[in-house]
Amino acid sequence: MDAGSRYNTSSRRPFSDHKLQRISSRENLDRFIPNRSAMDFDFAQYMLMGGKVEKENQAPCSPSREAYRKQLAEIFNMNRTRILAFKNKPPPSVHTTCQNSLSPLHQSKPNNKRRRYIPQSSERTLDAPDLQDDFYLNLLDWGSNNIFAIALGNSVYLWDYTNSSTSEIVATDDDNGPVTSIKWAPDGRHLAIGLNNSHVQMWDSSANRKLRTLKDVHGSRVGSLDWNSQILTTGGMDSMIINNDVRIRSHVVGSYRGHSGEVCGLKWSASGQQLASGGNDNLLHIWDSSRASTNSATEWLHRLVDHTAAVKALSWCPFQCNVLASGGGAGDRCIKFWNTVTGACLNSVNTGSQVCCLLWNRHERELLSSHGFDHNQLTLWKYPSMVKITELVGHTSRVLFMAQSPDGCTVASAAADETLRLWNVFGTPELAKTAPKTKTEPFVNFARIR
Amino acid sequence: MASRTVAKDIITLRGSAAIVSEFFGYAANSILYNRGVYPEESFAKVKKYGLPMLLTQDEGVKSFIANLTAQLSEWLEAGQLQRVVLVIMSKATNEVLERWNFSIETDSEVVEKGVSKEKSDKEIMREIQAIMRQIASSITYLPCLDEPCVFDVLAYTDKDVAVPFTWIESDPKLIANPQMVKLHSFDTKIHKVDTLVSYKNDEWDEQ
Repeated sequence: MDAGSRYNTSSRRPFSDHKLQRISSRENLDRFIPNRSAMDFDFAQYMLMGGKVEKENQAPCSPSREAYRKQLAEIFNMNRTRILAFKNKPPPSVHTTCQNSLSPLHQSKPNNKRRRYIPQSSERTLDAPDLQDDFYLNLLDWGSNNIFAIALGNSVYLWDYTNSSTSEIVATDDDNGPVTSIKWAPDGRHLAIGLNNSHVQMWDSSANRKLRTLKDVHGSRVGSLDWNSQILTTGGMDSMIINNDVRIRSHVVGSYRGHSGEVCGLKWSASGQQLASGGNDNLLHIWDSSRASTNSATEWLHRLVDHTAAVKALSWCPFQCNVLASGGGAGDRCIKFWNTVTGACLNSVNTGSQVCCLLWNRHERELLSSHGFDHNQLTLWKYPSMVKITELVGHTSRVLFMAQSPDGCTVASAAADETLRLWNVFGTPELAKTAPKTKTEPFVNFARIR
Repeated sequence: MASRTVAKDIITLRGSAAIVSEFFGYAANSILYNRGVYPEESFAKVKKYGLPMLLTQDEGVKSFIANLTAQLSEWLEAGQLQRVVLVIMSKATNEVLERWNFSIETDSEVVEKGVSKEKSDKEIMREIQAIMRQIASSITYLPCLDEPCVFDVLAYTDKDVAVPFTWIESDPKLIANPQMVKLHSFDTKIHKVDTLVSYKNDEWDEQ
């Protein structure tokens, strides 16, 4: 069962399915075949001839003829009802339009969506010794190259999902402390590694070579990282958020000040316009990318104070570009949804357990959350109803980190029980054949229409 | 249904129009849900007619149906509505797959003279409940809609009705050689509503 090759074959599907579609629906043929029973020939005849007949027969019009004509008019015209419809048609279901973009597949397997089977046990379980049991770190990421990186102690390990090969990048030693955050660049080749000693390292994963070290960015450990194309945004324990352009020598190009505690969650929106940051000060900030500057950067777009514990779990909705999901820590236990344009809280759900991580399903309107005490489960929610679809248990300690495969189907979760589990929770790769490999939004068209 | 206040069993034209147009709203929601025109998760459950009914939460659909029922009740009060048809069409080809036909007979005496009739609320609700149950169970015999669909609503009115600004005249969107199933009807003593669903013959049966 090689997921990578399966993914490749399914992306070739459109050619084979094109034929299938033509055979199955004959109505699609482009020849116009008039449908007689749906036409009203008598009425059409009357409407065509009516006026002419009237004029010709004006002189010798007998009363009986007149009566007949009247009756005819009554039957065909006066008695006819008016058929009205709204000018504005009801909006087509967004769901079905998504289906439509996958249409060749869905016409052959129409019911697959409803009956998606979610395996209750993990597909694989891997050991993750020395994984830091620290809620405020970000130690797992899955790159667009289908390799996921996990930081175990002072090292970063790479695990290739396509062929299960592993490699190790020795990042640091005990003096510089353990790795506190990792993040793949969008190109899937470069890996950013944040360290306990406030340094940030850039690695080339294909050459297994360190490219540069960004020093003097933060005053203490770097617990969160995210990329916005060439910009690496780092969040530190010193409550600072810094934008680094990794291509230039003086790499600090902007900063955001507003937190008063460790920044533990950082996520750029898919458009790269907005940055969400969560901190140990229970604050959630939304920043505008254009407003970052080295001089005055205390100006946030929104300062959201509704969470009552540290905000680490952040995830931008892939199908509604202005919706952000955020989860609070042990004292809060809520998942909240935000409209990041207005700053309005759209929904809040108490999950009953600390929310360590959130991931959206890119193929369905679903959200996956990972939790701590007391079930250490992953919960799959339907959005926006927030009905629990399923709970995946297996971890024996809090599930600190999650990452999603590039095809959006498989989720890796790492927990304080020092295991890494792979779950097939978001569907099978065959179904999700249009999953984009790059970071582009899959539903970007719809977002624009709205 | 504010006007049914005096005594339980008296029904006015206004009250009847409200009952009937509300019925259309719920029936349309139920059809859209049961026939899968919109995804399951876009509906929320409410209690109505002694049954769990599903209402769409999609803002676009919601406002479409709200506008529809508002206009329908206006026509019902004037006794000008003869029929309402909910049409389900293929999104790709616009081929009509199903027509849900609600014929309305209005007691003209009530409209002209403004008299009221007697029928208990309970009885009407029971009749509507039976129709709703039939709509929900229709999925057992209606052919599977295995492609993305859209819907539209047609209103058959008297010829002398002025076309409201937001409406246009439409063709009847008939189905050639359809299969038909008649469902229950209900009667408020002022408006009598007959329900009938016609659908495209399943081609597989003939081959």
